[in-house]
Amino acid sequence: MSQTQQQIEANRRRYEELRAAGQELTPKGLPEPTALDGAPISPAAVIHREQVPSGWYATMRLRRGEALRIVDDTGRSSVSLVGWREEDTSERINCADTVKIQWSAAVGKGRVILSDMGRVFVSVVEDSCGAHDLLVGGSTPASTLAAFGERGRNTQENFLAAASKIGLDVRDIPPCVTFFAPVSLDEAGRFRWQEGRKRPGDFIDLRAEMNLVVVASNCPHPLDPARPAAAGPVTLIKHHAAAAATDDPCRTASPEAARAFAFTDRLFA
Amino acid sequence: MSNQEISDALYTCDIPSERPWSRVLRKGQTLRIIDSEGQQAVDALLYCADDRSERYSSQDTLRVQGSAYIDLGTRLISNKGRVMGRITADTCGRHDTSAGCCSCESNAVRFGEATKYQHACRENFILELSKHGLTKRDIVANLNFFMNVPIDPSGKFTVVDGISAPGNYVDVTADMDVLFVISNCPQVNNPCNGFNPTPIRVVVRDAAAV
Repeated sequence: MSQTQQQIEANRRRYEELRAAGQELTPKGLPEPTALDGAPISPAAVIHREQVPSGWYATMRLRRGEALRIVDDTGRSSVSLVGWREEDTSERINCADTVKIQWSAAVGKGRVILSDMGRVFVSVVEDSCGAHDLLVGGSTPASTLAAFGERGRNTQENFLAAASKIGLDVRDIPPCVTFFAPVSLDEAGRFRWQEGRKRPGDFIDLRAEMNLVVVASNCPHPLDPARPAAAGPVTLIKHHAAAAATDDPCRTASPEAARAFAFTDRLFA
Repeated sequence: MSNQEISDALYTCDIPSERPWSRVLRKGQTLRIIDSEGQQAVDALLYCADDRSERYSSQDTLRVQGSAYIDLGTRLISNKGRVMGRITADTCGRHDTSAGCCSCESNAVRFGEATKYQHACRENFILELSKHGLTKRDIVANLNFFMNVPIDPSGKFTVVDGISAPGNYVDVTADMDVLFVISNCPQVNNPCNGFNPTPIRVVVRDAAAV
């Protein structure tokens, strides 16, 4: 249906207001990164702990309110992650909506990762690193061959194996987010690996905002110039977290985040 | 060459504003997508015609290319690492593959709940894919032809005014038989369509004619 000039102007005005809020106001209100020795998990809150060797993957189920801590033990690993809503696996992590809705490809503490249904999949409640990739994705047989000169374990095949074990298949595997992967762009749009952004012990806490299944693949990021030496174990800690209160920083970060949380809450109302 | 009359066209179709379209492109055939009136985003998905579990992958495409935008020469890579097609002509110069498609659900988050009840690309994709036995599950991060989404070094990610003029076109030449699916984007809440969706034209030509 053709838009009237009045509608066009009103919609442009709203868009510009949202853009200004999303790109100028919201970033100022985001919390500082967590200190490397910050946010200890009390032993009583730990549900499960597991170390994943380099090249391998782990599948974890999280209930709403539980959180997953991912620790880059050596500062040499990257962890690619996909996931689905447990009750309806057609709902899954959506990197495009995540960057579009938050006006930023830079995910970090205070941000959320969205599902494709306009709901919050996980929120980033702690993050010591602040350098994660949602654009380039994980390693594949071809990228691993190019890096190592031989076939090796890779994220694409890890996701396929993990999905198959929970009754899903290649059709269910969406673009992934990769943690501890300092990818940025230059002015020409070329991807760059930012050296010096990774430290041993860097960690991120993802709080589940719905019941979900995630797969974490511990394979070097395809742009990491340290391959194939970029390899070490990572630790996954599933733990109890406080639910997102009305003043939770992830919930209040932006009007968009507030709406996504409200729509997610309805699943559990 | 005039876009209005391409004498060697095998197939031509004007896709009305807000509508979906699909067709199998044979290996070697070229699909020209013409932004008839300018500033119109065209969302697109590709599936291998012989095995639809093999499909376009935005992340594989960007990784192989090493940069964030789609332009002349970009190879469109599948989730199995194969080249599905390539951009063989482009008079616009700026296309996106990181912003995904609009949906009723994401519109509600971005622009407020009232916009949930507006037509969206995902509705188009679901209906068009259903003709081919595919479902929402098969919708992956798509191509957005003529959509201008600069990403700055700090990660700032913005849909801005499209730069395509009336008649600008992009050619995609198929490297395998592909099911090509389009949603002529109905979005009225951001600048990707100049806040006013318009028709586009698609033209298919055979290899020899290109």
